[in-house]
Amino acid sequence: MQLNAEDYAAIWLTLKLASVTTVLLMLMCTPLAWWLAHTRSRWRGPIGAVVALPLVLPPTVIGFYLLITMGPNGPIGKFTQALGLGNLPFTFAGLVVGSLIYSLPFTVQPLQRAFETLGTRPMEAAASLGASPIDRFLTVAVPLARPGFITAAVLTFAHTVGEFGVVLMLGGNIPGVTRVVSVQIYDHVEAMEYGHAHLLAAGMVVFSFMVLLALNWLQPKAEQRA
Amino acid sequence: MTSITARCRSLPFQLIRTAAVIGATLFSLWSAQAQAAEVSVAVAANFTAPMKKIALEFEKDTGHKAALSFGATGKFYAQINNGAPFGVLLSADDTTPEKLAKEGKAVADSRFTYAIGALVLWSAKAGYVDDKGQVLKTGDYQHIAMANPKLAPYGAAAMEVLNKLGLTAQVQPKVVMGENIAQTYQFAATGNAQLGFVALSQVMENGKIREGSAWQVPGNMHEPIRQDAIVLNSAKDSEAAAALMKYLSSPKARDIIHSYGYSN
Repeated sequence: MQLNAEDYAAIWLTLKLASVTTVLLMLMCTPLAWWLAHTRSRWRGPIGAVVALPLVLPPTVIGFYLLITMGPNGPIGKFTQALGLGNLPFTFAGLVVGSLIYSLPFTVQPLQRAFETLGTRPMEAAASLGASPIDRFLTVAVPLARPGFITAAVLTFAHTVGEFGVVLMLGGNIPGVTRVVSVQIYDHVEAMEYGHAHLLAAGMVVFSFMVLLALNWLQPKAEQRA
Repeated sequence: MTSITARCRSLPFQLIRTAAVIGATLFSLWSAQAQAAEVSVAVAANFTAPMKKIALEFEKDTGHKAALSFGATGKFYAQINNGAPFGVLLSADDTTPEKLAKEGKAVADSRFTYAIGALVLWSAKAGYVDDKGQVLKTGDYQHIAMANPKLAPYGAAAMEVLNKLGLTAQVQPKVVMGENIAQTYQFAATGNAQLGFVALSQVMENGKIREGSAWQVPGNMHEPIRQDAIVLNSAKDSEAAAALMKYLSSPKARDIIHSYGYSN
């Protein structure tokens, strides 16, 4: 029993999806997490709740609404059509959008926690030494919050790798475009190809274990450095 | 003192009385259940709408209850193999029930064809699909939805049609696949796929196409989609399962089945 070409295509696609999602989410969520950690706005509660929503929503809910809103009759669909991008379901870009929502709390929450732990004092000290806000953020906050960045990136990547419901509803199961590992496993099981299903599924178990183990090892070290 | 001893003495009698009451209750529950039993049915996704109607009538007419699960036949097969507690399988094909019978997981002589499915090329857009399916060749659609041919008979039939029309190579890059016919319909109904090969029963109501436009694929363009029902071993002696099998070929059930575009 060996992985076939379609299995490899699914693995490659999954890694690509997880990488793109992680990079985009880290860029988008850093300012958001910073704001959530420091704001006294009354919007903090509602926005924090929205960020946490994907944690409790079933992927079918996210997939269903994305399928409708990104479709030709949905508001996002009309917008992407106006931009000349066509519709997003059944495309890699569509999966990225789904993953951004699906993995959002896994990026925001560790970052927010790290920023909160930081407190305001190091930043105030840097400010009194004449550092500009961006300088303060990059040379003081980022190095100090490193464990948070590591946790956020690793969790986001791993969680996206494990995504199933959203891609199933949104993806259309196109080999090499939207058929990720979790869907490929599902197909194998439904087609009674248990050998193939086992290979990929066991791979996922090992991968997930390694990720969590690595996180465990990285974390105390990073904290000591901080 | 006396009252305590009296109570002690009567304790065994009380226990017996309680036991008798519990026993009688259980017995009446049990006998009520024997009269009106429940059968759990695994229903192929394409048969969802008619089966919901049939189950209602079945409950009204016989007092038995049918608990319905809908999904892909291939998935049901895997679940049955792993001990899923279904009593009856309404398959989307005839090979799966046959296989289950051969493997000794189902009652071989209970098998019969409850419906012959029809394939339809459908679009949610009115006036988009012509009545010969030329749109497959000429239309500038981006996506066409079909069920995974590896898993679903309607998907396999759709592939056959494309092969017969010589359009496989042309159409293949536009194909998006649903895990079963229900998801395939969902892709087409939301307009994300402009076209879809779905089951006629999904777009038909009371003998008419409900909305959008459709080409009913002639039955000779693919192997007949013979949908068989079979009683599974767990319901070998179930009265409700036997009643349901009989009910499926009753005139009332037949009428419902035909109104969704199935033949038999």
